[in-house]
Amino acid sequence: MKSVVPVLTVIAAIIGFWLLAVIPMNMHLVADQAQRDGAVVMPDTPIARQNFGGVTLALKNPHLIPLTYNFKRPRLPAPQQVAVEMYDTIFDKKITSKRSLVYHGWVTLAPTLLGFAIGTGLGILLAVGIVYSRVMDRSVMPWAIVSQTIPILALAPMVIVVLGSMGVQGLFPKSIIAAYLSFFPVVVGMVKGLRSPDAMQLDLLRTYNASKSQGFWSLRLPASTPYLFASLKIGISASLVGTIVAELPTGARAGFGARMLVGDQYGQPLVSWAALFAAALTAAALVGLFGVIERITLRRMGMQAT
Amino acid sequence: MPAREAVISARNLDLTFQTNDGPVHALKGVDLEIEAGDFVSFIGPSGCGKTTFLRVMADLEQPTGGEITVNGVSPEEARRSRAYGYVFQAAGLYPWRTIGGNIRLPLEIMGISKAEQAARVARVLDLVELVGFEKKFPWQLSGGMQQRASIARALSFDADILLMDEPFGALDEIVRDHLNEQLLKLWDRTGKTIAFVTHSIPEAVYLSTKIVVMSPRPGRITDVIESPLPRERPLDIRESPEFLEIAHRVREGLRAGHSDD
Repeated sequence: MKSVVPVLTVIAAIIGFWLLAVIPMNMHLVADQAQRDGAVVMPDTPIARQNFGGVTLALKNPHLIPLTYNFKRPRLPAPQQVAVEMYDTIFDKKITSKRSLVYHGWVTLAPTLLGFAIGTGLGILLAVGIVYSRVMDRSVMPWAIVSQTIPILALAPMVIVVLGSMGVQGLFPKSIIAAYLSFFPVVVGMVKGLRSPDAMQLDLLRTYNASKSQGFWSLRLPASTPYLFASLKIGISASLVGTIVAELPTGARAGFGARMLVGDQYGQPLVSWAALFAAALTAAALVGLFGVIERITLRRMGMQAT
Repeated sequence: MPAREAVISARNLDLTFQTNDGPVHALKGVDLEIEAGDFVSFIGPSGCGKTTFLRVMADLEQPTGGEITVNGVSPEEARRSRAYGYVFQAAGLYPWRTIGGNIRLPLEIMGISKAEQAARVARVLDLVELVGFEKKFPWQLSGGMQQRASIARALSFDADILLMDEPFGALDEIVRDHLNEQLLKLWDRTGKTIAFVTHSIPEAVYLSTKIVVMSPRPGRITDVIESPLPRERPLDIRESPEFLEIAHRVREGLRAGHSDD
């Protein structure tokens, strides 16, 4: 609970900065529109106004400032505009509607969760292989690292197009991208976790003449649990980013990524911003969910969550 | 007294570690017999090979020369037949297991039935005076209690030999005295053969029937002292003339080992 005050402070600072930025960002558009509506604007031609920055223009025309917060197609929407748009599309639209953010959220969330499950499973398997096999340690880890240096924006369309040409469409191609981004933190975290028992603990098992699998289940796996949760929290948000990126370049009609693109292309910044914030909140909720599971699990195991 | 069998027997044992700075002679020409029911302490400065010797008995290090048998067989066979319990410097309890769960660990690995596990856990908890702490997690116990739990873990599968590597080294003097007293009682009740590595002269003299003084570079045995003290030893025996005489001899042995470097 101690973290509430600092968090609120940061949020207040961001919103304050945002509120200030709305004025200069929208000033030129607002001035053009106000002049068309018959208001007096200084200076009086759009071309002359281009010579001034947003801040100067606002100082010359203080009476136009309130309008920047309520512009219909703003360059930067005001916070309350985004909030209203989100409320509208989350609560006031039917879930089946194509304008409902809940609908688009589920379209993005489903492949995210599937991809996350695939990525986590693959990551754990690879980590076990890397820890127990010298050959895999040498061969897999460099490739895993290289895989993360390929820009996902370049790779995603290729994967989607290739899979699409093979007749695989919908959920699965997006899951592949999500899995691609989420397996890496799991591999790195689990390798570290599985290797975390020290020499003494390994010697102890040796004195019991324990088999490798007994060592894995009784020592390495439980010792890696805190590391696994750290990785899962990174992995789930990476999965969400992966799915959204996979929706961007492929003409997807639904999902957070599609909404962001549609808003941009059809001059509806509010749609983009609402989708952006909904995606951020979804990621925060998922990470928070894993944080809760982590705390419960570690407490049950008698270990304190860090 | 009837002739006792040698539980651990080392003949001309060598162990050389190859390091970047050249070979290190951790053990050189070590001969020793440990008989059933002995309490043998190994004492000497750092690098004298006392821990290495213990690890060779446990098959955690491989000798590079000479012979050693544990219970009449090689250390590896002895380890495979779970002939000894090993207590490390740190308790090394699993934080995700309760005290009872930690003591059960070797029993689970050895495939002992659940009912038998419960009975044995109860028995060894009693031996180390930790009754009532079975459900506690390690972090809820003091350092001394954690180390007692780790001794209980080593006792749980009823091996005849107990190998202890400075088990009380990290504990304060008062706790250490108490644990030494308890350990003697435990040894008396169970009749185990104990090999005990320590830095402390009073601890070695108080506990042992046989004190092995070692010295470094190369690691070797410089003196083996058979203690004339009785098995029954109250803490104040440490002020008796016999005790002080043995302590003096140990100290002389340690000094002699140092004179050549």
